[in-house]
Amino acid sequence: MSPLFIDILLFTLLAMTALAIVRLRNLFAVTMLASIFSLLAAGLFVNLDAVDVAFTEAAVGGGISTVLMLCALTLTKRDEKRTGHTAWLALLLCAVTGAGLVYGTLDMPAFGSPDAPIHTHVAPDYIARAKAETGVPNIVTAVLASYRGYDTLGETTVIFAAGIAVLLLLGFKRSDKREGGEE
Amino acid sequence: MVTMDSVLSLISGHYNYWMGIVLMMLGLYVAISRGNLIKKVVGLNLFQTSVFMLYISMGKVTGGTAPILTGKPDTIYSNPLPHVLILTAIVVGISTTALALALIVRIREAYGTIEEDEIAAIERQFEFPKDRVA
Repeated sequence: MSPLFIDILLFTLLAMTALAIVRLRNLFAVTMLASIFSLLAAGLFVNLDAVDVAFTEAAVGGGISTVLMLCALTLTKRDEKRTGHTAWLALLLCAVTGAGLVYGTLDMPAFGSPDAPIHTHVAPDYIARAKAETGVPNIVTAVLASYRGYDTLGETTVIFAAGIAVLLLLGFKRSDKREGGEE
Repeated sequence: MVTMDSVLSLISGHYNYWMGIVLMMLGLYVAISRGNLIKKVVGLNLFQTSVFMLYISMGKVTGGTAPILTGKPDTIYSNPLPHVLILTAIVVGISTTALALALIVRIREAYGTIEEDEIAAIERQFEFPKDRVA
């Protein structure tokens, strides 16, 4: 099977999954479909040579995110309220935004073309120098952990801040209630 | 004059971008049209993952391989820089998802519902919603 065929197949499956997410009202099913969506996205990333992104997406998008969603569902409720009507204004807004974005892509270099501006500036430099300067054969790792180490430190700070915020929102409140004997 | 060939090459050269945009708009539609807060978060995640697809598509080089050095001199590598960018974005994305879900759980505790319109109604009806709903 050629990479192009796999690409088209995966995008078709992704679109079907997304449409099912739009239509379904059962939040448990929606969560499972979101997990499938992430897994298909991971497959697409492998096909597009982004192996590091693929396993992060599979672990984080397909795994952790699904677990968090299921936790939230057990603490809230399983079904979405039926509204009965289509939100035409929202649909129109999405159509206009989408059309604007598609218009924006018309000037972009064709998919996979090696002489696109993105491939001709700093990227060849990183590929040529990464091994000698950092000793890591995986260029993504070299950039992430070495060249942009401070950026990754900042990213860790974001996760830490989010973790603290989640604890503040949920953790301490619960133990207070238990001590008070309420609920 | 637009020929059949130029249209075909435009479609095959931009298919990935366009499908990414279609998926993005489906996510945006879920996020803005649905009243259920958890469904909104799912929509936001959909939107986010589709943006990743758009970026990763830009980094692909035809005939290229994953940017892990093979040691052979004539190997073509796909661009590693979008990959690095998106790795950071995935991790920041899960942080915002976790925070949003925690907020939703707290909203459910305070209001007894996670439907946007019901929350707005409670807000309108009572000055101190926490006291009345509990």
